[in-house]
Amino acid sequence: MSGPSIIIVGASLAGLRTAEAIVALRPDARVTLVGAESHPPYNRPPLSKEAIQALADGSAPPDAVFEKLLLRSRLNPEDVNLRLGRAVTGVESDGVRLSDGSLVRGEWIIAATGLRPRRLPIPGMESVRHVLRSFDDAQGLAAELQPGKRLLIVGAGFIGCEIAATARKLGLSVTLVDPTPQPMLKALGARVAAAMAQLHRANGVHLILGRFVESFTDGSAILDDGQRIETDLVVEAMGSRPNTEWLSGTGADLEDGVLVDGRMVAAGTENLLAVGDVARFPNPIFDTVPRRVEHWSIPGVTAKRAAESIAALTDGKEPDAAFAPMPSFWSDQYGMRLQAFGAPTLAETQTVIEGDLSRVGTEPVIVEYARDDRIVGIVGLGANPASLAKHRSRIADASTPFAAV
Amino acid sequence: MKIDVDLTICLLHGQCVIAAPEVFSFADDGSLVWVTDPDEGLRADAEAAADACPEQAIIIS
Ligand SMILES: Cc1cc2nc3c(=O)[nH]c(=O)nc-3n(C[C@H](O)[C@H](O)[C@H](O)COP(=O)(O)OP(=O)(O)OC[C@H]3O[C@@H](n4cnc5c(N)ncnc54)[C@H](O)[C@@H]3O)c2cc1C
Ligand code: SF4
Repeated sequence: MSGPSIIIVGASLAGLRTAEAIVALRPDARVTLVGAESHPPYNRPPLSKEAIQALADGSAPPDAVFEKLLLRSRLNPEDVNLRLGRAVTGVESDGVRLSDGSLVRGEWIIAATGLRPRRLPIPGMESVRHVLRSFDDAQGLAAELQPGKRLLIVGAGFIGCEIAATARKLGLSVTLVDPTPQPMLKALGARVAAAMAQLHRANGVHLILGRFVESFTDGSAILDDGQRIETDLVVEAMGSRPNTEWLSGTGADLEDGVLVDGRMVAAGTENLLAVGDVARFPNPIFDTVPRRVEHWSIPGVTAKRAAESIAALTDGKEPDAAFAPMPSFWSDQYGMRLQAFGAPTLAETQTVIEGDLSRVGTEPVIVEYARDDRIVGIVGLGANPASLAKHRSRIADASTPFAAV
Repeated sequence: MKIDVDLTICLLHGQCVIAAPEVFSFADDGSLVWVTDPDEGLRADAEAAADACPEQAIIIS
């Protein structure tokens, strides 16, 4: 008897790790991995950091830059049927339809389609407006990142701030606009965000906070207070939207990504799972609210869980539904590593437990984040990894799971 | 099983320390230390660490 047939949609970090985990657990499975991009699975974080810098300053040819991004894999070519350069357009009763019109049959579908950048819904300056999610985006933007050019970044989240730092290194003049009062405010909270604002200013970024772009005219963006920002180049970095349109009609809850349970099985379906950035799942370390988590660490753990669930279900066993991964993310800005554990975004209070926030960028700082007297996150700014690792375990200590699962 | 870390690309994320604490750890000065030939029983942990490393710096052979 042949094993289960499984279609993984999205050939990036989450899709690749899911394929590997399934092949490891069910070597008899027939796995098809479909990806809209023509590139084999590669790593995105360097796209706003060293990779785009190398593409822009020409210190390495594009092939060499891509080679470094390529995700190493334990798969053998014969383990999966790889279909690149084709998007899935819809789900049908016995499989998925591809953009070239062909049908891929399968019993299980795993959504690993990630996110795409939000765009400003206003016209103007189209030829110089960029986003950054893919290697192709990075190549297009890098070609324009020349010393002396004026760059306007709309959105001061992590990606916007990293592009600002990289562009300053490359010698551009950088303006960063965001409607909130501080950069990365939602992720880091007011005090740390204010310290990061200071770091950007100290590095020559023109930060305009509490303002948004209302329109574009020839060579300028006009802000809501009438300010005119002349610019050669615009990057829209206002966050992302989940790629779930192809799942309409499946019965899944697509409110914000694909709602799944601790098995990674989509609510309202039996044979649809979701992994990586597109999955919205509850994490009992914190509470019972399902959330999407846009961190590099999530594709790996959700992939493994999805594979375990399919292996159990196809064996007629009950899969493990308890899922409580410790989130972690990092960011590199001006040579400083920001490393976070847990969910600082959920905190009500921030306490500096090492260093001094006014010295961010020059001295190590560690901040503890709490909600209801429980530690929910730790953020290190240029901190020693060993001391950070010690504090990290206190999140787990404080986290006798909130809800029994 | 042999474990090698390419320290020219390791950026001390410490994801390996979380995934496989019996194999990887930080010295007090913050440098990464690891068991170069761990017991075969730790293979799954070591592979999880290699997968969790954002720089793909861990080589298992
Ligand atoms: C510039 C940048 C910098 C980042 N930096 C960091 C960082 O420093 N630290 C950190 O923790 N995280 C960072 N991240 C986040 C991290 O890269 C993501 O969490 C990770 O890429 C998510 O992987 P994924 O496989 O779930 O989704 P994605 O990587 O988004 O992959 C989804 C794939 O699915 C494909 N796809 C979409 N729709 C379809 C369809 N209908 N059919 C077929 N294929 C489809 C897409 O083309 C894409 O290849 C960064 C992300 C970016 C973009
Ligand atoms: S996870 Fe990778 S980069 Fe981080 S410390 Fe371990 S080997 Fe180095």
